[in-house]
Amino acid sequence: MKAITLVEAITQALAFELEHDKDVFVYGEDVGVNGGVFRATQDLQKRFGKDRVRDTPLAENMIVGLAVGMAAQGLKPVAEIQFMDFICAGIDQMLSHASRLRNRTRGRLSCPMVIRAPSGGGIRAPEHHSDSMEALFSQIPGLRVIIPSSPSRAYGLLLAAIRDPDPVIFMEPKRIYRMVKEVVPDNGEALPLDVCYVLKEGKDISLVSWGAMIHETLIVANKLASEGIEAEVIDVATIKPLDIETILQSVEKTGRCVIIQEANPTCSVSADISAQIAELGLTSLLAPIKRVTGYDTVMPLYRLEKHFIPSEQRIMSAVKQVLEYA
Amino acid sequence: MDQKTISIAHFDIPYFQYLNPQGDIEQELPAFAKDPATVVALYRMMVLTRVFDKKAVALQRTGKLGTYPSTLGQEAVSVGMGAAMAKEDVLCPYYREYGAQFWRGVKMEEVLLYWGGDERGSNFAENREDFPICVPIGSQTLHAVGVATAMKLRKEARAVVTSVGDGGTSRGDFYEAMNIAGVWELPVVFVINNNQWAISVPRAEQTKAQTLAQKAIAAGLEGWQVDGNDVFAVKEKVKEALKKAREGKGATVIEAVTYRMGDHTTADDASRYRSEESLKENQQKDPIQRLAQYMAKAKMWDQTKENNLMAAITQEINLAVERFDNLPMPSPESMFDHLYETLPQAYIAQREAVKKGGSA
Repeated sequence: MKAITLVEAITQALAFELEHDKDVFVYGEDVGVNGGVFRATQDLQKRFGKDRVRDTPLAENMIVGLAVGMAAQGLKPVAEIQFMDFICAGIDQMLSHASRLRNRTRGRLSCPMVIRAPSGGGIRAPEHHSDSMEALFSQIPGLRVIIPSSPSRAYGLLLAAIRDPDPVIFMEPKRIYRMVKEVVPDNGEALPLDVCYVLKEGKDISLVSWGAMIHETLIVANKLASEGIEAEVIDVATIKPLDIETILQSVEKTGRCVIIQEANPTCSVSADISAQIAELGLTSLLAPIKRVTGYDTVMPLYRLEKHFIPSEQRIMSAVKQVLEYA
Repeated sequence: MDQKTISIAHFDIPYFQYLNPQGDIEQELPAFAKDPATVVALYRMMVLTRVFDKKAVALQRTGKLGTYPSTLGQEAVSVGMGAAMAKEDVLCPYYREYGAQFWRGVKMEEVLLYWGGDERGSNFAENREDFPICVPIGSQTLHAVGVATAMKLRKEARAVVTSVGDGGTSRGDFYEAMNIAGVWELPVVFVINNNQWAISVPRAEQTKAQTLAQKAIAAGLEGWQVDGNDVFAVKEKVKEALKKAREGKGATVIEAVTYRMGDHTTADDASRYRSEESLKENQQKDPIQRLAQYMAKAKMWDQTKENNLMAAITQEINLAVERFDNLPMPSPESMFDHLYETLPQAYIAQREAVKKGGSA
């Protein structure tokens, strides 16, 4: 079996669901003939027809609002927002409607929909193409926020997201769209949502991350292993609702924790994880938690983006400080 | 120097009216308008909507309801729209559309519950595919095109009606919804409930466009204007647009011209920005008076029937208020009940804390 990239795993998952669930409808800007600007919907229109895979006019709020109406009728819309940054125009529909239609109608109507969006920096993209917005969406009650970090998790989590009865923001770490390849059997098996994935077990320190930053985090963990330090690497995967239990269990074992995220630190996912560890697991800690994050600046244009995105060196330096804390 | 130009696009906005403000017939009536049973049913629902509305405002004044937006003066738009729809169609209404909602089976106690601060008011016992009223202005028009897309993909002979206020037509949602409805030829009817006011901002300050109906043109849709205080015109034209939609001939925009005779909501005071003359002038065009005059002239109605109707409606409303009053309060932890289909593990501790009175 051929190894595939993360973006190919997305295509494979979309094709599987289009094939097996007649209610799935894939749409967005340029997803048809063009197959999406990142080719995530490559050949899907050719295979499943224009009634199942369709280009839309250029209007993100419409794309999200349309999903609300379709989902309320029992379809399973899977919409692509071309770049996460452009979802801002659709936040009203996410926040005021998609996330709360079930609650507003006491379960009479619901929104089983997925909004996919390439997220994060690191590909020398133009302005407004590189933000990480998971914290913004994690503030919205009723949503699920999911970020895969490998081809197999992209496949399994996207299948789960499409089959989930509630609205999902599926953030695709575009920096690693084509970074690694894996053999991903096209067996239609979804992975569990709402749980963290322990990618590497260890007893000395917990490294918690998600999305593209898992790549650098694993490199750091492997370097530590060569020094005889066993780091446990946790891929949060479902950002909201957060599986804090797995993180607490890890911290209980290691007593030390570094959280790595690309997004700005203030009121972020790492801030929430830190707060929850402080509230629920303080006595396990042998050292203060450290966070390695982007900065509270505007995501710089690409000449400086590598200084914004946490590097191996920054992660290693934080890890060493936490390990060396008396 | 004269430049040579040719006109490459033309458009026209037709206007429809059957009954003038005196209840006289302006043109040959549609068949339903000659059928006493149908006309009385329309009249009954318009009167019920008005009496209900007055009752709701009174309930707000006594503290039983929160802020409530009155529909006074707009009964013909709402009832005409609801009456034009088939049961299996779907309504995505703006928030002043009780007439259409009642016609479609929403219960008065449900509307009271909603404005009384209880989500259960949007869990309609009937017409369960209809959307609840929508507060973020104009955003319901996008749900309507989504519902219409589902109908079209499933090749169903159904259609969607969505309503939006004159203020709502300034929002991107409305333009985006009309635009996709045009490109995808969706079975949807947009009814602009033009009551002349977006809280305190008058229609003239909302847009330079001569009519709101002509906003349809840029999306490639037909735009019609109707006298929104003439229930016959509203019903007939919405029905015609729905037929067109069901036959796969695309969407229509209908601007129903009416007047908001009340305040924006019970928290508003229209005397701050609306002249007495404007109100008085529009009260002369009252939709209920107009229909009553027509019915009297057509010998469909008399004072005894009017008295009997008022007595029946008053009792019906009182019973609805009683049912609203008697519904037990929701439990505090019920705020978690429909957050997700199944409450995720992450929030179970919060629900338990609420159950225990707030302490973790």
